[in-house]
Amino acid sequence: MREFCYRFYKNKLAFLGFIILFIFLVMAIFAPYLAPYDPFQMDPQAMLQPPGADHLFGTDQFGRDILSRIIFGSRISFKVGLISVGLSLIVGVSMGIVAGYYGGWLDNLISRIMDVMFSFPQIFLALVIMAVLGTSSTNLMLAIGLVYIPIFGRIARASVLSIKDSLYIEAANSIGVSNLIIMLRHILPNIMAPIIVQTTLSFGFAIRAEAALSFLGLGVEADIPSWGIMLNQGKDWMEMAWWNAVFPGLSATLAILSFNILGDGLRDALDPRLRNEGE
Amino acid sequence: MWRYITKRILIAIPVLIGISIVAFFLIRLVPGDTVTALLGANYNQEQAAALRADYGLDKPLITQYLIWVKNLLKGDFGHSFFTNQAVSSSIMERLPVTFELMIMSFIYCLLIAIPLGAVASLKKNSLLDYLATIFGLLGVSIPNFWLATILILVFSLHMGWFPSGGFVSFFADPIANLRYMFLPSIALGASVGAVVMRMTRSSMLEILKQDYIEMARAKGVSQKILIISHALKNALIPVITVLGIQMGYLLGGSVIIEQIFSLPGIGRLALQAITNRDYILMQGSILFVAAGFVIINLLVDLIYALINPQIRY
Repeated sequence: MREFCYRFYKNKLAFLGFIILFIFLVMAIFAPYLAPYDPFQMDPQAMLQPPGADHLFGTDQFGRDILSRIIFGSRISFKVGLISVGLSLIVGVSMGIVAGYYGGWLDNLISRIMDVMFSFPQIFLALVIMAVLGTSSTNLMLAIGLVYIPIFGRIARASVLSIKDSLYIEAANSIGVSNLIIMLRHILPNIMAPIIVQTTLSFGFAIRAEAALSFLGLGVEADIPSWGIMLNQGKDWMEMAWWNAVFPGLSATLAILSFNILGDGLRDALDPRLRNEGE
Repeated sequence: MWRYITKRILIAIPVLIGISIVAFFLIRLVPGDTVTALLGANYNQEQAAALRADYGLDKPLITQYLIWVKNLLKGDFGHSFFTNQAVSSSIMERLPVTFELMIMSFIYCLLIAIPLGAVASLKKNSLLDYLATIFGLLGVSIPNFWLATILILVFSLHMGWFPSGGFVSFFADPIANLRYMFLPSIALGASVGAVVMRMTRSSMLEILKQDYIEMARAKGVSQKILIISHALKNALIPVITVLGIQMGYLLGGSVIIEQIFSLPGIGRLALQAITNRDYILMQGSILFVAAGFVIINLLVDLIYALINPQIRY
């Protein structure tokens, strides 16, 4: 653990990502106290105001303060990320462990289901699921969660296959430890490294997917201040008010970038063999 | 080799069957009935029953599925409920646009990402390497729909260099076509280019450490031949796999990019079908996109097996 912390701390870029995400998290939790204005409050006197002292990021076509909406938007992004990634993590890892541990027809069945889910471009599958379920925050989290299940499933299955023939698993089996206990106590803790990395990266994917689907009008409800909804509404006004389209996208990019560099850093710190930069 | 090809094709068959099941039954989960959606609020039961019989919707679901698959095998994807146009002809009309968008994004990757990755690896820890790393990180982090918006804002609305949307066929006016496709292909290809650049750089760094590179250098092989014939040639093997996988993602990303730039491609067709609740068109386009994705991945695997002698048949 100490070695991990040292390696992680030494990676300046990953540490920067961690700090930025921490700021976003504080923003999301304390949004009502940090936002300078009510994100829903319309002000006809302040429509499409450029960035300035009163409104740091300007206002939208209804006179709403963009900075306040971005601060509240971070709540939606993090909530969608947390719940959807949580769903794919729990379901995907469970399926992957069961498939890898039991093998045989169960492995075949689960792997083929994963193959079929993998056959759809992720954003496209999420789009179709949203069309089926209808637009709402809950459905959005479900759609994004479903789409990322096979990624976790494949990683967990591959990791299980690499350790299932280890002596300690064989020993636990031979003294009569139940399969469930073996999977939970002996396998799961030993396959956590790649899963932690994937979880971090998936947060970035989930934020991107939420913004993309909301941008297309198939994400959260239109009255919710999400970064995607803000971009969707802001693009119609961008010729005369560029800040409408720039700041929400910049926030989304910064959050995704932070998750990506944090994920890269965690991968390097947790398991140097997984490094892909070739250094 | 033939055994490997046959095995890969056989594995793809159950996946394609699975895709057809998902495409068919997922649409049936949409709340409401197609017929009531078509007839609107004021309809009578007789009209509804007649229409249901017309479309074969009165049959059990399994029978409907089997009829659909049977027709699919004959190349008949059905007819749009709203326009009555054959789904296959709608797809074929729009396929060239999506294909061109993907190819242009792909070319952009080849022309910029691979050379940039290779040069960054040769000049490790230089300013160029840092710039390439920033490009790589930003490329994989910027949502493509936001990049598209910014490109429109800067290069269309402010500078007026490129149109902000629309399409002209290449055969009607090649120059206009390239102007219309330039910004969409950059927006779509940026993330793929970033992934390819990062992969090229890391792959080259690995290769440059190998003994045979040292040996070639010791034998006096010129730097140019060493890099192009010895290092880059071998470094590109894993890059090709990534490039192939990313081709599939280009197909998914085209849904959003085509919508933003008003390009009449497959992605926009699928999105329109979703928005209009045009179920037959929806299941046809879902099937087409997913099958395209599987076929691209299959081709990548086969190309990889051909170029990489380490693959066991």
